[in-house]
Amino acid sequence: MSLGPYATFIVTSYLLVTAVVLILIAWIVIDYRRQKQRLRDLEAGGVVRRSGPGAADLR
Amino acid sequence: MTALAALIRRDIRIALRVGGGALIGVLFFLTVVVLMPFAVGPDLALLTRLGPAILWLGALLASLLTLDRLFMADHEDGSLDLIVMSRIPLELTCAAKALAHWLAAGLPLIIATPILGLLLNLDAASTSAVALTLLAGTPALTFTGMIGAALAVTLHRGGLLLAVLVLPLSIPVLIFGVAASEAAITGPLPFGTPFSILCALSLISLVIGPFAAAASLRHGLD
Amino acid sequence: MSVRATATITDAMTLIDLANPTRFLSLTARLLPWLAAATAVLLLIGLYQSAMAPDDYQQGATVKIMFIHVPNAWLSMFVWGVMSLAALGTLVWRHPLADVAAKAAAPIGAAFTFLALVTGSLWGRPMWGTYWEWDARLTSVLILFLMYLGLIALWRAVEDPSRAARAAAILTLVGAINLPIIKFSVDWWNTLHQPASVMRIGGPTLDRAFLIPLLVMALAFSLLFITLHLAAMRNEILRRRVRALQLMQAAQVTQASRRSA
Repeated sequence: MSLGPYATFIVTSYLLVTAVVLILIAWIVIDYRRQKQRLRDLEAGGVVRRSGPGAADLR
Repeated sequence: MTALAALIRRDIRIALRVGGGALIGVLFFLTVVVLMPFAVGPDLALLTRLGPAILWLGALLASLLTLDRLFMADHEDGSLDLIVMSRIPLELTCAAKALAHWLAAGLPLIIATPILGLLLNLDAASTSAVALTLLAGTPALTFTGMIGAALAVTLHRGGLLLAVLVLPLSIPVLIFGVAASEAAITGPLPFGTPFSILCALSLISLVIGPFAAAASLRHGLD
Repeated sequence: MSVRATATITDAMTLIDLANPTRFLSLTARLLPWLAAATAVLLLIGLYQSAMAPDDYQQGATVKIMFIHVPNAWLSMFVWGVMSLAALGTLVWRHPLADVAAKAAAPIGAAFTFLALVTGSLWGRPMWGTYWEWDARLTSVLILFLMYLGLIALWRAVEDPSRAARAAAILTLVGAINLPIIKFSVDWWNTLHQPASVMRIGGPTLDRAFLIPLLVMALAFSLLFITLHLAAMRNEILRRRVRALQLMQAAQVTQASRRSA
């Protein structure tokens, strides 16, 4: 597949889009893990929500 | 009605006092306009070309600077809560405060423009054109800026956030203000087109500004 | 901890502890894997079709940038629309999920806007000879990007989540005025950026060989947004629960120290 004389521009655009999308996914996944960890720590510390222990579970 | 008139009179009087912020705005305007030739260089022809833009930018930054005083002072001494709770519709009160702010802080900028135009090698016709566009455009700056001031009123370092929030909304006013000035000075665009859009922006902001500011104050203060 | 103390604290927490967020969380947990898979599949199909698309008569292969530039541009505006709907949910109905939806969408929308600007710039250099041009469409999208950043700054500046949500809702609705300006700017001002060739009355003028990959990519990116948005909303709900628990923990410590004193 020949990309012509401006191949750098095309490849850079696609790479940038891929990079930003991957960064977004990574940020969301890391944030998810961080919040779950904090909830586990808080529940282990004995803090109880109105809905009772285990309410921090997602199921 | 007299309550609103009293509010306007009070605001103007406070703003014109030392430390009230209105005349500081003109001083800042002067500073910005004086700084530009140092940055750009003494080329007079270049300064003439950039003149309207420099004046508009200075006016925009100066009005941004004085905007956080709009609600902050009242919030600090508690009168903002009284204003929000009064029987007069909060939208009208916001409009009145914005009007007072424009009279105290915006008008001096417009009056200062001819003098500053001399520093930028603008002739009388160009300066009056810029002053006219500022007259039409600074209400838009004040009334849309009021939205940012209302959103940021309860924050401690609200001044910077206010600037960040207000600047994107002020860009169209700046674009058409400068475009109208350029059209009057050099053409080829007719002056009427950008000028009427500028007036339209001001008129729209006269409506949206008070409503959005009132909503922000109501939601932010409870 | 005494019953009364528990009651006062939980009364304050009731708004956050609505059943809906819990149901939302379980629904999200089930949906997300499917959404992620569908997104990945569509993206792969779209990328394949973009690679296989023919060269344009005038632009050559650089037309391939269109397949990622246009979906990002559409989404940058669409996300602000979603946030505006959420803003109405916050201001009119005070629905806590609306707050969460609005806050979660902002960084994602900002990312799409950034990508639209950057891919547009990289497309503009070969097409028009310049990386940037202050024409109506580019300027209004740049303003949109600045507004996204200002909105995110506002979210982070206010400590209380529901106060932040209301302030952000007002700013979102005010900024929504920019959307029709962006859409129609290319029609109102005859400037550098090309006029609409897909979303216009009279149907698209784009050739099918380009239209199909474009629509597939648009659908893929939309699904990507929905997946990311739901995941981010889940994170935000968890973050609020952490905050609630931390506040409760602080209250418990105060209670305990008061009792022992």
